[in-house]
Amino acid sequence: MTCPAARGRGQGVGLQPHLLILRASCVTVTDPVLFKSERTGDDSTLRLCGAWCIDNLPEMETTLAQLEQRGRYTRLDFSDIQTMDLSGAWLLRNWLERSRAGGRMAVVGKRPSHFAFLDELLEQKGGKTPPQQSADSSLRDAVVWVGRGAVQQAKQSRDAIGFFGRITMTWLRAMRSAHHLRLPSIARHIYETGIQAIPIVSLIAFLISVIVAYLGAQQLRQFGAEIFTVDLVAISVLREMGVLLTSIIVAGRSGSAFAAEIGVMRLNDEIDALESMGVDIYEVLVVPRLIGLLIALPLLTIVADAMGLAGGALLSSLLLDISLSQFIPRVQDALAPTTFWAGLVKAPVFAMLIALVGTYRGMQVRDSSRELGRLTTVAVVQSIFLVIFADAIFAIVFVELDF
Amino acid sequence: MSSNPQTSSDQTPIISVRNLVNRFGQQVVHDGVNLDVMPGEVLGIVGGSGSGKSVLLRTMLGLQRPWSGQVLIEGRDITQMSGAELLSVKRRYGVTFQHGALFSSLSVAENIQLPIREYFDASPAALEALTELRLRMVGLPVDAGAKLPSQLSGGMVKRAALARALALDPALLFLDEPTAGLDPISAAGFDELVTYLHRSLKLTIVMITHDLDTLLATCSRVAVLVDRKIVVDTLDGIMKNPHPWIQEYFHGPRSRAAQVSANGASASEVAR
Repeated sequence: MTCPAARGRGQGVGLQPHLLILRASCVTVTDPVLFKSERTGDDSTLRLCGAWCIDNLPEMETTLAQLEQRGRYTRLDFSDIQTMDLSGAWLLRNWLERSRAGGRMAVVGKRPSHFAFLDELLEQKGGKTPPQQSADSSLRDAVVWVGRGAVQQAKQSRDAIGFFGRITMTWLRAMRSAHHLRLPSIARHIYETGIQAIPIVSLIAFLISVIVAYLGAQQLRQFGAEIFTVDLVAISVLREMGVLLTSIIVAGRSGSAFAAEIGVMRLNDEIDALESMGVDIYEVLVVPRLIGLLIALPLLTIVADAMGLAGGALLSSLLLDISLSQFIPRVQDALAPTTFWAGLVKAPVFAMLIALVGTYRGMQVRDSSRELGRLTTVAVVQSIFLVIFADAIFAIVFVELDF
Repeated sequence: MSSNPQTSSDQTPIISVRNLVNRFGQQVVHDGVNLDVMPGEVLGIVGGSGSGKSVLLRTMLGLQRPWSGQVLIEGRDITQMSGAELLSVKRRYGVTFQHGALFSSLSVAENIQLPIREYFDASPAALEALTELRLRMVGLPVDAGAKLPSQLSGGMVKRAALARALALDPALLFLDEPTAGLDPISAAGFDELVTYLHRSLKLTIVMITHDLDTLLATCSRVAVLVDRKIVVDTLDGIMKNPHPWIQEYFHGPRSRAAQVSANGASASEVAR
């Protein structure tokens, strides 16, 4: 027999369900036993009990799995169930549907009230779930995978070329009139990508040249050639370190900002809003960033060069007893007239790569915040890669040209 | 052993807001707001733009601490609760946000499964079954589960958000402007859905809405936020309230159509 307390509770659900569901919503009900079985002669009764609600989800699952293995019951009794919510009712109902296919069970006691709701729901929306399609052959999958990849690559290349073309056209038009040039916007981007980056760029250039000078001095001391530390610092900073480190920092700072800003505008439909007003989005969003960075990055490179030399000078005077009045003439001797320009001429190229990759990836953002994150990351990684790759080409070309 | 449902007067409220004051800097949004949400009712919250409807909702959800006053859920103050207690309360209510707030990088099915996965160790089969149930409950086709939120129409987004809110079988549902931005037919469909779920699952529903049709179709009581206070009454009662904003709201030009279409008692009340 069922105990009176459980019975009262079970019926209470029917009477005043909202209160009891909230109270008894079974965070506190820890009764993992969800069924009992009784066997009398040929009859076997399955007595469901306890709390069939989503809090007991794992227990419900194991129970149903056990019941599946136990084989058949002839009778089914719902009356001991204390609480039940829709999730429990749904899982139980699904199981019943399945097991009924095997052998019939006679139902004892009242069917849970949620079953009526579920019946209604299934009737209303027209029957069963469409069966899942079985897995396709792996060969076809492979072909589809290759084909899809190829088509996507082709599309991307076409998009990239289109993007570059539109920028060129927009730029040519912008060059003809001040209105299309968007000077305030360019100024803002010079400020954000250039002036605001001065502290971090200076600090990193300073530290790197200190490291180079320190390690260089250790090695050169073995030959008694400490004085060449100055040459080492001056040439490495001006030719390579200054511009390369600055570009990498800017790619991390501004390349990601470009992609994220434009990407968020895409997600908010701001880009569509601009286009619907007849504003050329390339003119207001892409070209100002490009021009801004083209101006800012060379200037930042000069700052980095200066800070790098300062770092070298400081370390030389502290470690090598080379005073500033010796350092400066030594630097002038060490440098060919082209050394400084060999570094600086790379800056606009790197700026262009960073700005193009950043804005292009931003424009590609569609639909979701995950895309935004992914494409921002892609923008940074790709622009850093392209900067280093371009630097390698420059190195070879300059050596061949004896520049 | 059957008895009639008790009248609302001698039930304990699920949520009661006591002397709530909310202010941002100099701006006072709520100044002594009292509100009881009774189990099993559909309470509509209306108010002008900027009257603090969303702030009230956020305070009730525990997303925002009130300046002063209390929010009691089942008689316990949520500002005094420990993290674990608050979690067990949150677990029992479902919320839909104004713009759906579906996670854009997850499919609809994954959105629905997220709270279930978060709390329980469920097998893929059970997750799939429960997802199917939620989708059916809100009247979405089962194959909508595989879609991304960006592929859904506005009405489907609202339904998917409701499906996610129902994921943990809540007893209490908060809906923030559930029909905003829907065409009248979809909105009416959504109203019907809310009424259906309320009736068959005995859910308690708190709903912010601007939509008079929704208000008339679904709500048993209405709370109006005016002058930093709140006025709560039945629909008929509130329509007779002399406050000018309330009069304007229910009897202004844009309300006529809603009332013409509303049936019986409330329409005849208006006529007087």
